[in-house]
Amino acid sequence: MPKIKYIEENGKEHVVEVPVGWSVMEGAVKNLIPGIDADCGGACACATCHVYVDPAWNAKMPPMGDMEETMLDFAQDREATSRLSCQLKVTEAMDGLVVRMPKSQH
Amino acid sequence: MSEQIVIIGAGQAAVQAVTTLKAEGFAGSIIMVGDEAYPPYQRPPLSKAYLLGKLERERLFLKADSFYPEAHCQMLLGVSARAIDRKAMTVLLSDGSRKPYDKLLIATGTRVRQIQVPGAELPGVHYLRSIADVDRLSPEIVAGKKLAVVGGGYIGLEVAAVAQKRGLEVTVFEALDRLMARAVSPQLSAFYEQAHRAEGVQFCFKTGVEAFEGHGKVERLRAGGKLYPADLVLVGIGAIPNVELAKEAGLTCQDGIVVDRFCTSVSDPAIFAAGDCTRHHGHNGEEIRLECVQNAIDQAKHAALAMLGKPTPYREVPWFWSDQYDLKLQIAGLSRPGDQLVVRGDPATRKFAVFHLREGKVACVEAVNAAPEYIVGRKLIADGTPIAAARLADTAIPMKNIV
Repeated sequence: MPKIKYIEENGKEHVVEVPVGWSVMEGAVKNLIPGIDADCGGACACATCHVYVDPAWNAKMPPMGDMEETMLDFAQDREATSRLSCQLKVTEAMDGLVVRMPKSQH
Repeated sequence: MSEQIVIIGAGQAAVQAVTTLKAEGFAGSIIMVGDEAYPPYQRPPLSKAYLLGKLERERLFLKADSFYPEAHCQMLLGVSARAIDRKAMTVLLSDGSRKPYDKLLIATGTRVRQIQVPGAELPGVHYLRSIADVDRLSPEIVAGKKLAVVGGGYIGLEVAAVAQKRGLEVTVFEALDRLMARAVSPQLSAFYEQAHRAEGVQFCFKTGVEAFEGHGKVERLRAGGKLYPADLVLVGIGAIPNVELAKEAGLTCQDGIVVDRFCTSVSDPAIFAAGDCTRHHGHNGEEIRLECVQNAIDQAKHAALAMLGKPTPYREVPWFWSDQYDLKLQIAGLSRPGDQLVVRGDPATRKFAVFHLREGKVACVEAVNAAPEYIVGRKLIADGTPIAAARLADTAIPMKNIV
């Protein structure tokens, strides 16, 4: 199972295994990692699962859909590698992925 | 002795309350009582991805099992609360035990409104609220079958979209003259009707269902004096708040348990309520009862804080969403008859929004595949920013620069 490293805004790191086919958001929520709210449960409806993908991994992420792009446009503190983690479907190739969480999801 | 919080209900609000209590460092114990067999799970995907078979059951659960013990929360599943003794501060459960509480949170949600016509008990007549409901319905969603959907609201239309995709013949029976009439503008109703018709769904408006008929299972329904063949039926005609326990305990209820701005019962300072089962003051002050994830989550946060002696007033703008085909509907705020409606964008492009203006401010936004309109609209509602209708309608001005 791919291992993903989630880094909280305060620097605390969590490495967990996430099943292929799940989203990066689900990997955090199911493993009780703070910093991702995901109020809508992954419907790309709420923009409360914002993460920063480690720059080394950014090119390996699936392309961004229109909805995600526009939702992110209005997220707080958007950076070049910002994504909505509910839209990142985990693949074997994502073993070792590193994401950081923003200060706030609201 | 340390403090004990009892939560009646094991849905979205219940789990959020536990999450907030844990985050705030609550050191006492929590007992969560749920009458379903499953730990807290998401209901919105039930009529969407889960019914479509695109989401495994395990992924519906809101938290990992280990969350609950870590939060000092004992989960009692398959058990219901029978009575609240406010004097003794205990809850009587269906297994005969009594659980003492220092603070009680009622998060009992709603149940489906059942249709009261002859034949309603026939096998093949379905409702959709729980995992168990979908697990019964799902095997019957087979290409070629005729599905009758009773009620053109969110649930009925989401199921219609899934069933149409899976190759069923779908007819929607709606008592009123348009779809989602209680929830959205006439413009949205017309757009969704057209979208469903283009996929092949048929509609009978202003048509109340009079009876279901069949031998051993539903085979047809009678509506508007005519007979329609049906292999299966999905009834989605609304929900009723579960307030009986509260009412019997003497708590003030009016289509919902009446709570103040802090999600505390107006009748008892030790009792709190959150989610679909509450009647509360909305963000603009009017008394409302909402059925949505946002309200369950946000009220539960406020209720948990109030239980910890840190009350903060609930003023969040409500938001909703619905997925049908490739259409993502996002709504923020609450509309009212008499609002000025402003359409932004062309519905023919399947990307547009309807703004509801009241006294020169946005009161509600309905956005179809239009995230900027939704997000900026939501902010305009929360901030009460005055804005001109002509500006909102002008797609040459990006939403980012609309103010």
